[in-house]
Amino acid sequence: MDHSHISEQFNHDLESVQTQVLAMGGMVETQLRDACEVLAHGTDTLAEAVLEKEIQVNKMEIEIDELCTQVIARRQPTASDLRLVTGTIKTITDLERIGDEAEKIARLGMENIRLEHPANRYPEVRHLGNHVRVMLHDALDAYARMDADAAFKVLQEDDQVDEEYEAILRQLITLMMEDPRAIRRALNTMWSVRAMERIGDHATNICEYIIYYVKGKDVRHGSLEQTLDALE
Amino acid sequence: MNQKATDKISSDVSRTEEQSSPSAIHGVIPENENVKIEVRDLNLFYGEKQALHGVNMDVSEKKVTAFIGPSGCGKSTLLRCFNRMNDLVDGVKLDGSICLSGQDIFAPTVDVAELRRQVGMVFQKPNPFPKSIYENVAYGLRLQGVNKKYILDERVEWALKSAAIWDEVKDRLDDNAMGLSGGQQQRLVIARAIAIKPEVLLLDEPASALDPISTLKIEELIYELKSDYTILIVTHNMQQAARVSDYTAFMYMGDLVEFGSTDRLFTNPTEKQTEDYITGRYG
Repeated sequence: MDHSHISEQFNHDLESVQTQVLAMGGMVETQLRDACEVLAHGTDTLAEAVLEKEIQVNKMEIEIDELCTQVIARRQPTASDLRLVTGTIKTITDLERIGDEAEKIARLGMENIRLEHPANRYPEVRHLGNHVRVMLHDALDAYARMDADAAFKVLQEDDQVDEEYEAILRQLITLMMEDPRAIRRALNTMWSVRAMERIGDHATNICEYIIYYVKGKDVRHGSLEQTLDALE
Repeated sequence: MNQKATDKISSDVSRTEEQSSPSAIHGVIPENENVKIEVRDLNLFYGEKQALHGVNMDVSEKKVTAFIGPSGCGKSTLLRCFNRMNDLVDGVKLDGSICLSGQDIFAPTVDVAELRRQVGMVFQKPNPFPKSIYENVAYGLRLQGVNKKYILDERVEWALKSAAIWDEVKDRLDDNAMGLSGGQQQRLVIARAIAIKPEVLLLDEPASALDPISTLKIEELIYELKSDYTILIVTHNMQQAARVSDYTAFMYMGDLVEFGSTDRLFTNPTEKQTEDYITGRYG
């Protein structure tokens, strides 16, 4: 935000909302990192941490929601302030869902530990996990700086995530056909990569809200070309 | 809009661009709406001081157009141009044109009294006459020479009903209007304004002296009246402008900075000055 409101308190309210979103984002990022670790290396001690963070993330979602409601009731924000508040309300929903997906990945990772000796069997899965982690990180970074160009870069990543996801699915189907004993394990992995793909979608959503805040243009459900036009 | 009007607007837009004024009017009013008032290159001076700078805008028929901006930005001055109230102020000079239904209101042939019958006005402070409620509403009609009791009765009832005050006063039409509450007085004044069936209603801060409930009643009334009248409203209350208007004009230091649909202006203004003002960063 380039300059301040006449009301110091209003500045403070909006800054406080943004700070809390970033704190929540940081928590979800840690959750996702730990969940990927559980899946890839079977580090079961981390699974506990992922589940504990989930409770905190849910609590933060409610708190930030309440803060935004208060800002609307007390300040009747308009223009970019209004876009910030509505964008933030949606952002925290997506963050909370990312937390849910991370929890799912951690749980499935734990189940796989019981099914097999945890080996680094799926480099592609690790790669996809890293990819969506970077997307989430960059989306939060773009939110912190309210940078529409950085948000657009994240949007561009989503197609590649979808491709990686499809490739892993094909690989897992082949595995299941070759070795029916691996079906359970393969299904767990399949659900995990599905969760990762969803995380990519949620990070993309957050970036669309950032573009809405900065440019005032709603780029949801449009093509990348249309989004690029909106940025000009 | 006819072809001639479209041409005029296009040429004005290019002139506006040359003046590097952002008050572009092209495309603000959609083609399925009629333009009731056209303001072109309007400059107004109080003595040496210029209060309006080259204002260009169109006002859509049977819609509510709100004027917002800080004190002294020229919004009331502009509003008073529409029924030539500024004629009554010494030392006022103006150039440019305002056309009401295609007729230039500054043309020498225009009968100002007739113009003010077509363009009614309501002020910030309710100003009923110290007469009965009935006579307040009937006054304008009597001036027009309407004297038949049954016509007056019918029109007074219609006006009071239109102004959403009939139920509150129908049993005391002969009481003095000064005994009404502020909110009731303001609705009575609006009834008085619409009794003579104007085409345009100018409202200068109509709710600023009223409590929140009376304010909501006035706002509801504006919403109902717009099916029959073209309404222009000046307000300091931005939320009020956002609630009641279809179009909003933001003025600053005599310039029309931005004019557009209220939906867009309050969520995504184009001009930084507008953004600063409506988000409370102006100062």
